[in-house]
Amino acid sequence: MPSYPFATIDEIPDGGRKLIRVRGREIVIFRVGDKYHAMLNRCPHQGAALCAGRISGFMRSDRPGEFTLEREGEVIVCPWHGWHFDILNGQSWCDPDSILAKSYPVVVEPGSQMVKGPFIVEKFDVAVRPGTGLLDYQVEDQPIEIEPGKDYLVLVL
Amino acid sequence: MTEDVVVQAHGRSAGSTSRALKLIDCDIHPSLRSNEDLAPYLSRRWKNHLDTFGFRQVTPFSGSGRYPKATPALARRDAWPDSGGPPGSDLAFLRKQLLDLYRVDYGILSVIFPAGMSQFNIEFGEAVCRALNDWQLEHWTQPEPRLKAGILVQGEAPDLAVREIERLAGKPDYVYVAMTTHNIEPLGRRRYWPIYEAAEHYGLPIGLHVSGYNRYAVTGAGFPAYYFDETHTIAHAQAAVAASFVAEGVFDKFPKLKIASMEGGYTWVPFLGWRMDEQWARLREEVPHLQRRPSEYLHDHFWFSTQPVEDPPDPKYLAEIFEWIGWDRIMFSTDYPHWNMDDPNYALKLPMTAEQRRQVQCLNAAELFGLV
Repeated sequence: MPSYPFATIDEIPDGGRKLIRVRGREIVIFRVGDKYHAMLNRCPHQGAALCAGRISGFMRSDRPGEFTLEREGEVIVCPWHGWHFDILNGQSWCDPDSILAKSYPVVVEPGSQMVKGPFIVEKFDVAVRPGTGLLDYQVEDQPIEIEPGKDYLVLVL
Repeated sequence: MTEDVVVQAHGRSAGSTSRALKLIDCDIHPSLRSNEDLAPYLSRRWKNHLDTFGFRQVTPFSGSGRYPKATPALARRDAWPDSGGPPGSDLAFLRKQLLDLYRVDYGILSVIFPAGMSQFNIEFGEAVCRALNDWQLEHWTQPEPRLKAGILVQGEAPDLAVREIERLAGKPDYVYVAMTTHNIEPLGRRRYWPIYEAAEHYGLPIGLHVSGYNRYAVTGAGFPAYYFDETHTIAHAQAAVAASFVAEGVFDKFPKLKIASMEGGYTWVPFLGWRMDEQWARLREEVPHLQRRPSEYLHDHFWFSTQPVEDPPDPKYLAEIFEWIGWDRIMFSTDYPHWNMDDPNYALKLPMTAEQRRQVQCLNAAELFGLV
């Protein structure tokens, strides 16, 4: 399977996200703890850009008056209709039997074992707009040259 | 069946459209950047009033709805324009995210905040309606001919509402008369009739987007606790509004009056028609002014916008419901920029013939709003 290095491991802070375009596909990368997860930037419900959603958890309750917020930081909420998806595997919370957000593996590879490049990745800066809590993103081309002493995030398509 | 036959079935000769319409969006919400946007269209008296007292509705939270909405400004999180205003306040951004992206031929504007008709101060409410009407023209329909506006009216004072209709009727920028739906009395009541007389006279449909605040709960069952409740009970309230129009004899008095029900649901329409028909057969003595079966008034006088599409588990059931309502009465809408917007490419999952799809996506709205 073709693989695409797109960032060094320190480029995405914990809880952060990065949007890239690979082979015409916009893919959003989430960091949860020390793990990285990639998801097609397209909600399977009506196509909204998932990268602009807020990150949350699953609010569960077994009976009225009791509730717990589980897996905080591991759920992306679609910016349009609020569909919730498990960042770790794309599983839908609203319609788990028939809806799945497309997800991809991300692996960490040491630069010493990789082809030098340069690889061109279109990067998007995703930022919280001050005062609104709303997310914003912009695209820019960025070449990546592999250096032997660094570890890289590699998207596997 | 060819397209020409469908077009003719709607009373429009096949050659009368100068171009082939494909998509009309019947529910777009433009927004003021701030109250200052209204200032050029308010007299000094009402500008001072706005600055001093603000908008005052019959609701405990000034400047807000009764229920916290799902998202900031009720909007898609990606609908905030770079220019800094709220979603729906920037024409260039609205073109990019809606009109150009989906190749919308016409978009029908619906201003639901501020609601002039819900203001405590009746005359201030009229001034707000007038100002919003002038603002819609200058900021939206004049620079962007794909957009059409409604004439917002202070319906709680029908004489003032009629004055505003008379001021603006005939301008092609305005294609309907807009009223709120939660009012002091249900809209079929006689106090509102002068508005219907004027609308019928000028050939303008009445557009009823669910909106407004009155002194009552959104349901007849009391005040619900959640926004989740509110999003559904507004459809019950809309059914009550429709029943009021029928029961009060509005359509017997104004047989050419047309109503566009916007964002108020529609799967209730068959239920309401059947139940009213059943009761009408037994209670005709009470409502002798009704000349026809209630469901016939519903069908002949009401049009319904689609968003939010009321998806049953199997989409084919919705096709059956459209069949019962009438394929000539359903009009596509997005509700842009609100969070539960429907995308034209994905929202209508039900099986439709090409002709039915064209009716829903543009022909019915073109007919109702007089768009070519």
